[in-house]
Amino acid sequence: MSKRKGRSVSYSPWRAILFLLPTWALMLVFFVLPVLLTFYYSFTNLSLTGPNSVDTHFVGFTNFVTMFADPAFRTSVLMTLIFLVFSAIVGQQVLGLIIALLLQQKPRAFRSIIGVLVIVGWVTPEIVVAFIWFAFFSDHGTANSVAGVLGFKPIAWLVHFPMLCVVVANIWHGTAFSMLVYQAALGDVPSEVKEAAMIDGATGWRRLVGVTLPIIKGSVATNMILITLQTLGLFTLIYALTGGGPGTSTETLPIYMYEQAFSNYQLGYGTAISLVLLLIGIIASFAYLKILKVKI
Amino acid sequence: MRRGKIILAILAGTSLVAGCGQTSASGSKTLTIAYWAFGPRGKSYAAWFNQVKPAFEKQHPGVTIVLEPIAAAENDFYTKLDLMMKSPSTAPDVVTEDTFLINADASAGLIQPLNSYVSSWKNWSQFEPAAKQAVTNKVGNIYGVPYDSDSRGLWYNVNLFKKAGLPVPWHPHNWNDIIAAATTLKAKDPGVIPFWSYVGKATGEATTMQDFEMLLYGTGNSLYDSSTNKWIVSSPGFLSSLQFIQNVYSHGLGPQLSQILNGQANNTETTQLMPEQKIGIALDVNVITANWLPQGPAPWPSATKTYDLTAMPTENGQSPGYTSMSGGFALSMSAHTKNKDLAWQFIQMATSEKNMRTIDIGLSGLPTRTDVIADPSYANAPGQVFKQATSFLQYTHYRPANAQYPEVSTAIQTAVESVATGSLSPQQAMAQYAQSVTRMVGASGVEHQ
Repeated sequence: MSKRKGRSVSYSPWRAILFLLPTWALMLVFFVLPVLLTFYYSFTNLSLTGPNSVDTHFVGFTNFVTMFADPAFRTSVLMTLIFLVFSAIVGQQVLGLIIALLLQQKPRAFRSIIGVLVIVGWVTPEIVVAFIWFAFFSDHGTANSVAGVLGFKPIAWLVHFPMLCVVVANIWHGTAFSMLVYQAALGDVPSEVKEAAMIDGATGWRRLVGVTLPIIKGSVATNMILITLQTLGLFTLIYALTGGGPGTSTETLPIYMYEQAFSNYQLGYGTAISLVLLLIGIIASFAYLKILKVKI
Repeated sequence: MRRGKIILAILAGTSLVAGCGQTSASGSKTLTIAYWAFGPRGKSYAAWFNQVKPAFEKQHPGVTIVLEPIAAAENDFYTKLDLMMKSPSTAPDVVTEDTFLINADASAGLIQPLNSYVSSWKNWSQFEPAAKQAVTNKVGNIYGVPYDSDSRGLWYNVNLFKKAGLPVPWHPHNWNDIIAAATTLKAKDPGVIPFWSYVGKATGEATTMQDFEMLLYGTGNSLYDSSTNKWIVSSPGFLSSLQFIQNVYSHGLGPQLSQILNGQANNTETTQLMPEQKIGIALDVNVITANWLPQGPAPWPSATKTYDLTAMPTENGQSPGYTSMSGGFALSMSAHTKNKDLAWQFIQMATSEKNMRTIDIGLSGLPTRTDVIADPSYANAPGQVFKQATSFLQYTHYRPANAQYPEVSTAIQTAVESVATGSLSPQQAMAQYAQSVTRMVGASGVEHQ
């Protein structure tokens, strides 16, 4: 019995490779190849229609040169960063942490009710979130009805404050994720450490900054990376809510990329933009790890 | 060899899944017709193809016509259609092509030249020369059979004009007359939108053609210099067109930006605001009457008594006094079709005199067949403005027959939206346009006037 068992766990690299093969094949076909193709296409003049779509050829760094010279691209990067900072890094992250902290010592029933309410935003599909907030901010929507009752003039929110609208919508949509991450992380903070700090006379704020945050900084970094990547790539919510407009006032990089690739038919240029987007994500992730001095 | 077989098997499988399998095991054939299914136009298309389908299937036993409606807003339709036509496994056999895309799709190898077919088709002589022009490329290849055309002008509300003390019938002689009338309308009735024109990227080609080009081609400048084959990226006319738009929107003569900057603006205009008589003047195409026909989405028998269509004047009334833009649609054959002859027979039947007579009134477009035009029951069809719209054809313009037009068009939309929202001045928007177009076509493909 024991002999047989021993044989069955004996190490055979071929068997491991055999079992990994399907995964590798899938990764190769659905991940590595598209990434390589994207990389290749971003150096071509590939187009959806017109002469370039049959005469597709290598154009070197042309796409990148024009991109960095294009004021619309620079605006788009700026919009992406504004959206990222306010909706994810500040909005979702801080709100998520605050909710998690506030819920810490509360009765179980209260925690589950609030928790569920927050998570509703997260489980709602992006397109539905967009419609909910469209209904809220539209000319005859909830926001203006409430404002009307209070005696204020209706405001065309989506036209005059489009960035605010998409930021609010994304905070509503994504906060639950940060909250869950921080709830789990806070649960891991040993109570002895907190008690020791309390005995030493540390106030709530001091305890948070001096004790709790350093302990959970690994979770902070992970959360930062995840929500940054999620927000950088966010398309549906913004596109359905404002279409990137009015003008270019909410045209983040994914929207700009879509417009260039599918409305302007410039697929090569579009893929070049997506490559830059990927690069921003990578740089941001490394920056968080460096700043928070966390190792993964 | 084996790999080739596997790939073939996969391709065959996907094409069957996509419903575009050409010949199945039993020897029966299918022919896929992809068409734009959106708004009243989509409804008319469905009626048209459902009328042709049984007749064609009866005439060609063993052939099944598969109708593939593409339900998408204008811009998305073009993108979806091009994506479909790009791959042999998803390409339909016959498609409804907007003539502004014909040159681009032809040079992309997505659609099939029909010269050999039309040359031996006796009906071809029935088609209007201008309509034929719209489907013919620079070297004379014909890429579709045009089935409708259109023209553009100013729709004005007769009741509101009378109430404001403005002359009816109205014949503005220059752009100032339009601004003056809009200003009067605004002063008399603040609840009315004095001047409606498309200025959003979301309304796509309508913004380019219905608004911007209706202005630009009345300034003496144009978009494309066909003698040098270059795009004109800056000109006094380009600037004054943008200034006109700025004038309208900065003085509150246009609609609210939240009304106009979305893909539904056209529906809001034709099925809501115009029937409610909330629009004074609208710069739009003649075919919007399709919305108000009994089978349309907003039946309105007295529509053309309330709104009349008048010609769009040139900037300062310069010769020929008026301007218009015309476009239209054609039935084209996908380059990937495996049943060319059958596809051609379908196109022939769909554009026969009998079928065109039914479809043209439903579409509210201008017919492309002379025998239909000559038919008095067509010219006097109720609820239409065929007479006015046809009279604009003497000074109408067609969009540049250049493969890169669709891309350039999107740069125009960006410029127009930026000016209307006040985010860029007309000068800045024109500079940005010049930069975008230079990127698209290269520095050697642009010129300044």
